[in-house]
Amino acid sequence: MKNFILRRIGTAIVMLFAVMTIVFILVHMMPGDPVLQMLGTDTNPDPVAVESLRSQLGLDKPILQQYGSWIFGALQGNMGQSYSEKISVMASIGTRLPRTLELAFVAMILACIIGLPLGVLSAQKRGKISDLIMTTGASLGTSIPVYVLGYLFIIVFSLDIFHFGFAMPSSGYTDISKNAGAHFLRLILPALTLALGIAASIMRMTRSSVLEALSSESVRALRAKGLKEHIVISRHVVRNAFIPVITEIGLQMGNLIGGTVLCENVFNWPGLSTLLVKSINARDYPLIEGCVLVMSAIFILTNALVDILYGLLDPRVR
Amino acid sequence: MNTIKRCLQNKKFVFSLIILLPMIFIALFGSSIAPHDPLEMHTTNTLAAASVQFPMGTDEYGRCIFSRLLYGIRPSLTVSLVGTLGAFLIGSFCGLVAGYIGGKAGNAIMRTVETILCFPAILLAMMVVCLFGAGVRNLTIVVVILYIPHFARIANSSTIKVKKMEYVENDISVGQTTPKILIGTIFRNIFSPLIIQISLTISSAILLESGLSFLGLGVQPPEPSWGQMIGDAKAYLSVNMMYMLWPALFLCLTILAVNLMGDALRDIFDPKLQDSF
Repeated sequence: MKNFILRRIGTAIVMLFAVMTIVFILVHMMPGDPVLQMLGTDTNPDPVAVESLRSQLGLDKPILQQYGSWIFGALQGNMGQSYSEKISVMASIGTRLPRTLELAFVAMILACIIGLPLGVLSAQKRGKISDLIMTTGASLGTSIPVYVLGYLFIIVFSLDIFHFGFAMPSSGYTDISKNAGAHFLRLILPALTLALGIAASIMRMTRSSVLEALSSESVRALRAKGLKEHIVISRHVVRNAFIPVITEIGLQMGNLIGGTVLCENVFNWPGLSTLLVKSINARDYPLIEGCVLVMSAIFILTNALVDILYGLLDPRVR
Repeated sequence: MNTIKRCLQNKKFVFSLIILLPMIFIALFGSSIAPHDPLEMHTTNTLAAASVQFPMGTDEYGRCIFSRLLYGIRPSLTVSLVGTLGAFLIGSFCGLVAGYIGGKAGNAIMRTVETILCFPAILLAMMVVCLFGAGVRNLTIVVVILYIPHFARIANSSTIKVKKMEYVENDISVGQTTPKILIGTIFRNIFSPLIIQISLTISSAILLESGLSFLGLGVQPPEPSWGQMIGDAKAYLSVNMMYMLWPALFLCLTILAVNLMGDALRDIFDPKLQDSF
């Protein structure tokens, strides 16, 4: 087991290095001169100012040296200065990252709360109308893009077209220390938007793996000895069916990160993804590098954790 | 022949065909059906509701939404179909060769290809688009790059299984050339899992293209694309809701149909998983 964990962590570190290298190469291939971008002039820049800024940013050094110092800095948590925000990349990411993590975390919890019980229920009701409704709902859930769902929620709950008598806030962010109530109220719609698609995938996987567990010999034996159905389900079936579901949840991490990019944009949630889109538009290289690196690192680490958890639960994987 | 019969007996397959065939028709002949030029502005008639002249109303520049919808399917389908085909050809080839030669060289090919999986798809796509610029051609390249490892993995694991089979050994013993064994024997036998992956990739590619276009990083205006239309419509949600809902509906229906097609193909080609939905 120890070897398995060490091997998996080793792979994650190699992947991180690969990501750092690819990000560095891609960012340095980008068109447009960041120095001119920073000076805010393309027509007639002062050559002295350009050169001094270039050397200040270290952009006049050989590319390998830039790569070395960037990797070394990134490992120490220093990713340079943002061109557009005029503060350090880490500080900028530091304020935004918790918001994205909060959104993703709440969405994942919601997705599990919705997806797991519905999956078990739909497997139990296999072939009945309720199963058909749930499976159709799940098919729809996986087919609606995050941003379309977001706007549907805005139309229904914020523009209040069905006259529910209330209007949910559709965009923006309130700091939790200023007003916790308003903070969570603004979190509901984006988190739910992000959660539903993932809940549908979790539900599909739970349903199929519960169905598989239900048809096993052991369940037949448990039923034959007269065990009540709910005990068969809750103690035996769910436990056996859980392993593929955990993998599915892990696989959904990638979708979750992709989802935050679109979801934050719809709801103007000032997280890491909106920062990334902003930095791409401003050609703010260090900030793009930082955002992509941090998001990819989270992606790689969660995948590694899920693999390790999978190995703990199912010895065959090791 | 038998496969086609099995496909047509599958309800999900037929349902997805009912949606997809008109969509493909629109993509091919949309320009002949469209009542207006999708770029033509009717400045006196902006954000209008549906009428005889404009069946789905007009957008903020007075352009016919219906005509833009008909034209807007093209980039999605081009990017997803051509991109998937490219990823399928390159990915399967890499996986096939890596699986057949095996050992350290095979492993090296697979690990190199899998580097792409270190990134969440949309992040890598955003960076590549930022680097090479937006547009249909570059989005197609992005889809090819992103989905090569998916096909390579499947082709690789299937090839490793198949190459131990007696019929492959038979081919080797009668002196068949390696390309003939790879394409003629192995590839034919690993085709069904790859077909399922093709439909999954098409749906992911449509999602990716529309998502990037929604963010303004995909198909560039004034050329229409469904994702971009949804992105443009967000500012006018309270004025003309249908401006957003029409492209959203078409987009969701297409993705649903492709997903159902994937489910159906899985049922047909992988009977073990039947009813696992």
